Amino acid sequence: MIKLLWLIPTLPFLSALILILVGSRLSWRVAARIGAGSIGLAALLTILVGYEFLSSGKDAYLHVAWNWFQAGDLSTTFAFYLDSLSMVFIFVITFVGFLIHIYSIEFMQEDEGFSRFFAYLNLFVCSMLILVLADNLVLLYLGWEGVGLCSYLLIGFWYSEEKNGYAARKAFIITRVGDTAMAIGLFMLFTVFHTLNIQDILTQAPLVWTTGASMAVLIAFLLLGGAVGKSAQLPLQTWLPDAMAGPSPVSALIHAATMVTAGVYLITRMHIVYELAPLAQLWVGIIGAVTLLIAGFSALTQFDLKRVLAYSTISQIGYMFLAMGVGAWSAAVFHFMIHAFFKALLFLAAGAVIMALHHEHDMFRMGGLKNKLPTIYWTFLIGAASLAALPFITAGFYSKDQILWLAWAGEKGNLWFFLAALTGAVVTAVYTFRMVFITFFGEAKTKISHVPGMRITIPLVILAALSLLGGFIELPHTLGHLTLFSDYLSPLLPSVTLKEGIESTEWAIQLVTAALALGGVYFAYILYVKQPKLSDEIKSSTFELHQFWFRGWDFDALYNLVFVRPFVYLSRINKNDVIDQFYTGLVQITEYFNTAFVKTQSGILRWYVMGIVVGAILIMTISLFVQP
Amino acid sequence: MMLASLIAILMVGGIAAGFLARVNQTACRWLSLITVTIAFGIILFIWIDEGLSMTLTDSWLRDLYIPWIPSFGIAFHLAMDGLSLLMLALTFFLGILAVLVSWKEIQYRVGFFHFNLLWVLAGITGVFLTMDLFLFYFFWEVMLIPMYFLIGIWGHENKQYAAYKFFIFTQASGLLMLLAILALYFIHGEQTGIYSFDYFALLNTTLTPDTARWLMCGFLIAFVVKLPVVPLHTWLPDAHTEAPTAGSVLLAGLLLKTGAYGLIRFVLPIFPEAAASIAPIAMLLGVVGIIYGAVQAYSQTDFKRLVAYTSVSHMGFIMLGVFAFNELAMQGVVMQMITHGISTGALFIIAGVLYERIHTRDILRMGGMWKKVPFMGTVAMVFVMASLGLPGLGNFIAEFMTLIGAWQANKLLTIIATAGLVFATAYSLRIMQKVFLGKNIEGHGITDLSLREKFILVPLCIAIIWLGLFPQQVINTAKPTVANGSHAKNHAAIHNRTRTDNVQYTSAFDTERRKP
Amino acid sequence: MNVLPVEMGLLLAGVLFTLGLISVLIRRNIIFMLISVEIMLNAAGLAFIVAGSRWAQADGQVMFIFILTMAAAEVSVGLALILQIYHHLKTLDSDAADKMSG
Repeated sequence: MIKLLWLIPTLPFLSALILILVGSRLSWRVAARIGAGSIGLAALLTILVGYEFLSSGKDAYLHVAWNWFQAGDLSTTFAFYLDSLSMVFIFVITFVGFLIHIYSIEFMQEDEGFSRFFAYLNLFVCSMLILVLADNLVLLYLGWEGVGLCSYLLIGFWYSEEKNGYAARKAFIITRVGDTAMAIGLFMLFTVFHTLNIQDILTQAPLVWTTGASMAVLIAFLLLGGAVGKSAQLPLQTWLPDAMAGPSPVSALIHAATMVTAGVYLITRMHIVYELAPLAQLWVGIIGAVTLLIAGFSALTQFDLKRVLAYSTISQIGYMFLAMGVGAWSAAVFHFMIHAFFKALLFLAAGAVIMALHHEHDMFRMGGLKNKLPTIYWTFLIGAASLAALPFITAGFYSKDQILWLAWAGEKGNLWFFLAALTGAVVTAVYTFRMVFITFFGEAKTKISHVPGMRITIPLVILAALSLLGGFIELPHTLGHLTLFSDYLSPLLPSVTLKEGIESTEWAIQLVTAALALGGVYFAYILYVKQPKLSDEIKSSTFELHQFWFRGWDFDALYNLVFVRPFVYLSRINKNDVIDQFYTGLVQITEYFNTAFVKTQSGILRWYVMGIVVGAILIMTISLFVQP
Repeated sequence: MMLASLIAILMVGGIAAGFLARVNQTACRWLSLITVTIAFGIILFIWIDEGLSMTLTDSWLRDLYIPWIPSFGIAFHLAMDGLSLLMLALTFFLGILAVLVSWKEIQYRVGFFHFNLLWVLAGITGVFLTMDLFLFYFFWEVMLIPMYFLIGIWGHENKQYAAYKFFIFTQASGLLMLLAILALYFIHGEQTGIYSFDYFALLNTTLTPDTARWLMCGFLIAFVVKLPVVPLHTWLPDAHTEAPTAGSVLLAGLLLKTGAYGLIRFVLPIFPEAAASIAPIAMLLGVVGIIYGAVQAYSQTDFKRLVAYTSVSHMGFIMLGVFAFNELAMQGVVMQMITHGISTGALFIIAGVLYERIHTRDILRMGGMWKKVPFMGTVAMVFVMASLGLPGLGNFIAEFMTLIGAWQANKLLTIIATAGLVFATAYSLRIMQKVFLGKNIEGHGITDLSLREKFILVPLCIAIIWLGLFPQQVINTAKPTVANGSHAKNHAAIHNRTRTDNVQYTSAFDTERRKP
Repeated sequence: MNVLPVEMGLLLAGVLFTLGLISVLIRRNIIFMLISVEIMLNAAGLAFIVAGSRWAQADGQVMFIFILTMAAAEVSVGLALILQIYHHLKTLDSDAADKMSG
C-alpha cells in the first residue's frame, strides 16, 4: 500500500485535469463525484498508507517518481518523502479537504462555475500535498507556488467583481514577496551544501555550521520570509483578510486549515537550521507573538463574520510561530492540526450562515440564529469554544495550553512571550464569543433563505467532533499525561527542554489560562448580550483606536504609500518610455538638419549657378592664399 | 548535406509559395506549412538519431564544409551542436505555428507574405547553423530584410514607423559587427598567414586585451540590440506591437534568440577574457532590463506592447545568466531561450486571436472575457503563469537555474533580479485581470477558439508544461555546449586537422603564399 | 603686323566670360540663359586659342574644336529641354521650373 504514496497527490491532479478539460460538459453530479471522490479516495489511501507506515516502524519512506532536472551540481528529483511530520499534514489535508469538498457540493451547487471550482480546489489539494511530501526544496517550492496560484484563482473565483480580482492579486503578490526571500534562501543553501535535498541539508547542517553561524542565521531569516508571506504573519499579513472574498469553503480549506500553515510546515521541516540559528528562531517567536496580538485586536473590531475569522486565523498561526520560536515543534504541529479542525469548522459554519442569509456578511445584520439553525449553532459554538480554548473539554485548550506552558517554561521561552500569549488568549475568547453572541443571540434581523442540507451539516458535525475529541491524544502532565502525538513526532522533532525546577508551576499556569478564557467569554457575554449599550459606549469613546484596529493597524495604507503607489506612479509616468525619447531626439536632430539642407534645393536654376560661382571663387581664393 | 538542405528547403519553398499564391492562396499556405513541417521533421530526425549519443569531447552532430570564395577564405560552413539543434527545433516549431496563425489573418499579398515568412526562417536557420563569420553576417541580413517587409506591409496602424525603427536599429548594430568581423579576419590573417572567416580558425586568434575589448563590443552591440538590452530596447515594443501576429511570434520567439545565441556562440568563446572583464556591467544591464521591462510592462495598455515589455524583462535573465559564467546559469539561459519563445509566442498569438475578434489591443476595453471564452482563458492563464515563473512550467526551470547560477557570480544583482519576479507577478496578473476577469465593459460577444486556433495553442501549452516537468532532455542536449568551455575549441582541433589535408586555405591578401 | 599682346586676348576672354556669367545669373528667360552659357563657352575657347598661339602649340585649337563640338551637343540637348519646359509650363521663365524644390 505504501507504494501507492504517489497516487495521493496524483488523484487530485488527474481529477483537476479532467475537470479543466471537459468540466464544462459534465453535469454537476458527475463533476461533484469526480471532484470530491478523488479527494475521498486520496483520504482513504492516506489512511491505508498511514497505517502501513506506522506499523512498519520505519522512519521514512521515499518514492522517486522521476529525475526532474540535473545541471551542474544541482540535481533535483520529483520525489515524495513520507515521514511522521508529512504524515500529519497529508492526513489533515486529505481528510479535512474531503469534508470541505463534500460541503462545497451543496454550497456551490447553484454556481455556474461549479466544475471550475472543483478543478481549482483539486489542484490546490494536489499542490498542497506536493508541498508537504516534497523531498527537496525545489519541489517544495513548486507546491508552495502551486498553492499560491490556486489561492489566487479561488479568491478571485467570482471574477466579475473587480474587488475580488484585486484581493486575489494582492494575495498572490504579497506572498510572492515572501517567496522571493525564500528563493534567495534556497540559492544560499545550495551554495553551502551543493544540494537542495531536504534530508541531505538537515543531516549536513550540524556538521557544517556551529550554532549561531551567520550563514545559518541569514538562511533561516530568508526562509522565515517565505513562511511569513504564506502564513500571513507580520509584516506580510495584510492579504489574508482581503482573501475572504473567495467562497467560504475556500477560506476554510486554504485560508484556515492548510495553505496558510505551509509556513509552519516549512519552519518545522527545517527546524535543525533554526536550532543552529537561535537569533532567527527568537525572531520566529517574536513575529508570532506580535502577530497574534495585532491580529487579535483587529479581530475584536470587525463586523464581517469572515474577516473576524481571518484575523483569528492570523492570530492562531501566530501562536504556532510562537511555539516554534521556543522550540516547541510538536506543540506547533499539534496546534496546526487542531486549528485545522476547528477553524475549518468555523469557516464552514460561517459559510452556511452567510448562505442562509442571502450572502450577508455583516454580523450586525444577523442575530437570533440560535433557534433557526440549531445544527449550525451548536457546531459553530463547539468550534468557537475550541478557538477560545475553553478548558478541559475542547481540543483547542489542550493545544494552546501546551504552547502557553512552553512559552513560559521552555528553555527558550520568556516572560514576554508568555504574557503575549496570555493576552492573546483573553482577546481570542472575547472576539470569538462576541462573534457567537452577535450572530446567534439577540433578535433576528435577516430572513433565512436556505436551510443547509445534509452535505453541509455532516462535515460540520464530524469537524465538531474532532474539535472536541482531537485534543485528547495529547494531555498535559497535570491532566492524565498522555503524549501520543508528541511521541509520534519525537524521532523527528526534539522535545523542549524545560527550565529547571519549573514543572511545579504548570497547574497554576493552566488555572490562569482557563480562568482567563472563561473570563473573556463572560466579558463578551456582558458586552454583547447583557448590556449591549456598554459595547457601543466603549466603541464610541475609543473611536480612533477602534478604526485603527478595524483597518488592520493601517498596514495596508503604509504599504500603499511606500510600495504600491510609487511603483504605479513610476510606471504610469514612464508609460511612453523615457529612453525612447533619446532616440526620438536623435531622429529629430537628423530631421532638423534635413529640413535645413532641403532649403538649398530650391529648384531655381540661377541659385544653383550662383552656388557654383561662389564655390569656385572660394576655392580659387583659398588656393591663392594657402600655398601647398 | 542535411544542414544545407534545411536552408534550401525553406528558400525554395518560399519562392514556390510566392508564385503559387498567384494561382491559389490556400495551396500557398499549405505549401508553406508542409515546407516548415519537413524542416521540423528533419530536425527531429537528427535529434532522435544522434542527439542522444553526444559526448562532451566532440559534440558536433553534423558538419558541412564547402569552399565558397576560397581566395578570401570564405566557406559555406555549417555545423550543428546541441545548442543549434535546440534552437532549430524551436525555430521550426514556432515556424509551423506562424504559418497557421496567418491562415485567416493575412488576406493581402499572401504569396509575398509566405515568401518573407519562409525566408526569415531560412535566415534564422542559417544564423543558428553557420560556422563562417562572413556567412553568418550574410544570414544575419537575410533574416532582417524579410522581417522588415513583414512588419512594414502587414503590420498594424503605425507599421512604417515600427519597420524603419526595427531596420535601423538592427542594421546599424549589424554593421558594427561586420567591422569587428573584418578586423578579426585581418588580425588573424596577419598572425597566422591564413586569411579565413572560419569560426574555428578565428577562435584561436590571440588578441591584445584592448583590441579584444573593442572587437567584442562590435559583436556585443549587434547581439544586445537584438536581445534587447536596456537602453537599446526601444525598437522592440514598437516592432512587436505593429507586426502581424506571425511577425510578433517570430520576433519574440526567434529573432531575440539569435542575439542570445550570438552571445553564447561568438562573444564568450572568441573573447573569453574581454567578456569576463565586462561581466559585472553586463549583468547589471541584465538586471536593469529585468526591472525596467517589468515596470514598463505594468503600465502598458496595449496588449502586445505589454507582452513586448515582458520580453525585455525576460531577456534580462539571459544577459544575467550568460555573464555569470557557470554551467547552471548557462543551462538556465538555454532553457529561457526556449521557454520564453514558447510562452511569449503564445501570448502574442492570444493577443492576435483577440484582435481578430474584437479589433482592439487596448486591454482597458477588454474584460470579463472568461465567461465567453473559457478555453482561451485557461490557455492564457497557463502562459501568464509561465511568464511570472510558476514552478511546473518551463520558465521556472529557466529562471531558477539562471538565478541560482548567477548567485554564485554576483549576489547583490541576483537579489535584485529575484525581486523582479514580484514585478513579473504584478504585470502578469494584470493581463489576466484586465482581459479575462472583471466585467465585460463593452459587451463584446466573442466566440471561443476555433479548431485551428486550438491546434496552435494546445501544442504550446503541452510544450511549456512538458518543459516544466521533464526538462532533462533539453538540458542534456545543451550540456556539451554549455558545460564544456573548450567545447568549440575541441572541435576546432579535430576538424582543422582533417581539413588542412584536403582544403587549401588561400587568400587574396596572402601574397607570400602565392609566390612559388 | 603688330602682334596683339597675349594679355589683351585673355582680357577679352575674361570680359566675355564675366558678361556671360552675369547674364546667366540675372536673366530669367531660359533661352537667354542658354545663349549666355554659349558666350561663356566661347570665352573659354578664345582663351585656349590665345594661349595656343602664345606657345605656338596646336593644342589650343584642338581644345577649341572640342568645345565647339560640346557646345553643339549642349545646345541641341538644351533646346530640346527648353522645348519640353515650354510645352509643360507655357513659359520660358527658368524660375517657374522649380518643381525639383525640396
